[in-house]
Amino acid sequence: MELDFSQQIHYVWALLPEIVLCVWGMIVLIAGVSGKHQDADDGAAGDPSFGPKSDLGWLTLLGILLAAGANGWLYGVNEVGDSSMIAVDGFRLFANWIFLLAAALTVLISFVYIYRLRLQAGEFYALILFATAGMMFMAGARDLIVIFLGLEVMSIAVYALAAFNRRDRKSAEAGLKYFLLGAFSTGFFLYGIALVYGATGSTNIAAINTSVASMAASPGLLVVAIALLAIGFGFKVSAVPFHMWTPDVYEGAPTPVTAWMSAAVKAAAFVAFFRVFLVGFDAAYDTWFPIMWWLAAITMVTANLIALVQTNVKRMLAYSSIAHAGYLLVALTAANENAAAGMLFYLLIYTLMNIGAFAVVMSVAHQAEERLYIDDYAGFGWAQPGIGLFLTIFLLSLAGFPGTGGFMGKIYLLQGAADSELWVLSVILVLSTVASYWYYLRVAWVMWMKEPTSKDQHSLVVVPLPMCLALIVCVGLIIYTGIFPGAAIDFARSSVQGLGSLGGGMLGLGL
Amino acid sequence: MITPALVLSAVLFVIGTLGVLVRRNAIIMFLCIELQLNAVNLAFVAFSRLHGIEGQIFVFFVMTVAAAEAAVGLAIIISIFRHYETVNVDNFKLLRW
Repeated sequence: MELDFSQQIHYVWALLPEIVLCVWGMIVLIAGVSGKHQDADDGAAGDPSFGPKSDLGWLTLLGILLAAGANGWLYGVNEVGDSSMIAVDGFRLFANWIFLLAAALTVLISFVYIYRLRLQAGEFYALILFATAGMMFMAGARDLIVIFLGLEVMSIAVYALAAFNRRDRKSAEAGLKYFLLGAFSTGFFLYGIALVYGATGSTNIAAINTSVASMAASPGLLVVAIALLAIGFGFKVSAVPFHMWTPDVYEGAPTPVTAWMSAAVKAAAFVAFFRVFLVGFDAAYDTWFPIMWWLAAITMVTANLIALVQTNVKRMLAYSSIAHAGYLLVALTAANENAAAGMLFYLLIYTLMNIGAFAVVMSVAHQAEERLYIDDYAGFGWAQPGIGLFLTIFLLSLAGFPGTGGFMGKIYLLQGAADSELWVLSVILVLSTVASYWYYLRVAWVMWMKEPTSKDQHSLVVVPLPMCLALIVCVGLIIYTGIFPGAAIDFARSSVQGLGSLGGGMLGLGL
Repeated sequence: MITPALVLSAVLFVIGTLGVLVRRNAIIMFLCIELQLNAVNLAFVAFSRLHGIEGQIFVFFVMTVAAAEAAVGLAIIISIFRHYETVNVDNFKLLRW
């Protein structure tokens, strides 16, 4: 099918996955308040994954599946005529797969959690669907207005999700902190957009690049604008020194929300970050190169050092997620085709391994917020060998051990950095990865080598069937991409190809 | 006319930023964030004298989003007030600020 954006109706086809998600979110919301699900909580024993409280979750998964179908269908369409505010290119569609996968995994792991903590299932799932739609807008935006709207659709839903457990002080505090700092960063982001508009006369990313390329030197206004946009995105991807909120919010928010935030929100912010800086500010590469270089270096070093001394697993994984933002910033600094493909590949693997790790953390915490310290994992491996092994694989992959997807991801990031001859940054990446082995492997060591404090310490750990399914998908894909990365990386490479032809000459950068 | 408007917008933005960093009351911090957004609106309107209508359209989006953000933000502030009976962020000790 051909999309011609001079006809308004064709925007509907271009936005089909987003529209499906929004409509489905409202259906889930209505189904959630229809009453049947609210009073079904009789505290019955057994696996509640298929009970009346959980059919909303399966309904949500159906919606995600439909959106995935719409996303697949978009591969068959071509754009003709003038480009619009919405991109229909491989970059967007690949990012959409990541968001849909993250949403599906999150829904699968939160069934029993919602049941145990008596959260409102309808609102929870609906907010996840709305936020996923916002992420897709960010990934598909060819105009700063759309990026801003997508960012806010996502953020506002995630503020509410972080504060979702109203009975828990920590959750309310996490919500407040995320809200205040998130809105604060939005202010910087918007001021950056305003100054870009002032300096270039447009908010269209391709037009911005044309205008920037025609300037002899970057005027002061543009430099300030780029710095403000970098601050705004830096908050969202939690790069040091804009990371202060991350450990607290990740610790306080409900664990499934943390898992999802750390993977999907970061992925969305990075995808938009890439498109704005690589396509929009391609011609100003010399201006933002030093900013990104230092952001990446400081983020990797600081986050890995602070993670070494953490005792709470959620906080440790929060610092680990900041460190991973640093690795991805290396790809942004490199700004070439291999780096962009490496970033997409890494975001995919990172989503799988991080959501998987948080899922096991939820199991150890009795599907609630109980045992979250590293000492609570003593002897866990031998008591529950199945998920103990899974957690070990996730930790090894996060650390970047050969044979896992995390290792291949780091290799591709390094390849991108080498293409741009960022040797110092590559060395920092490798060294901080080595440092990170300590805190990842410490959890594995406590799990397998230490004696549990009491005999039945882990007897209450349950792994419901949907979570099992999610874990198997995560482990399977991590091992598969670790051993046979070819298909995934080729797909990522072909996905970034459309990016260059849209705006300026991203792929030929003056390096 | 553009330069004074831009200077005013920059001053408002700095006041908002300092307010968020200095004040400890969650409502005041939120008001300062709104001040930042209004500084941005002023900048957009000023620039749209140079570049055409696009900037003014952006202002409408910013206002709409700010209203949605206020709804969720005030709800979060109420929910934390129910736990602590205060909105002073220095009193929230569970997570480090």
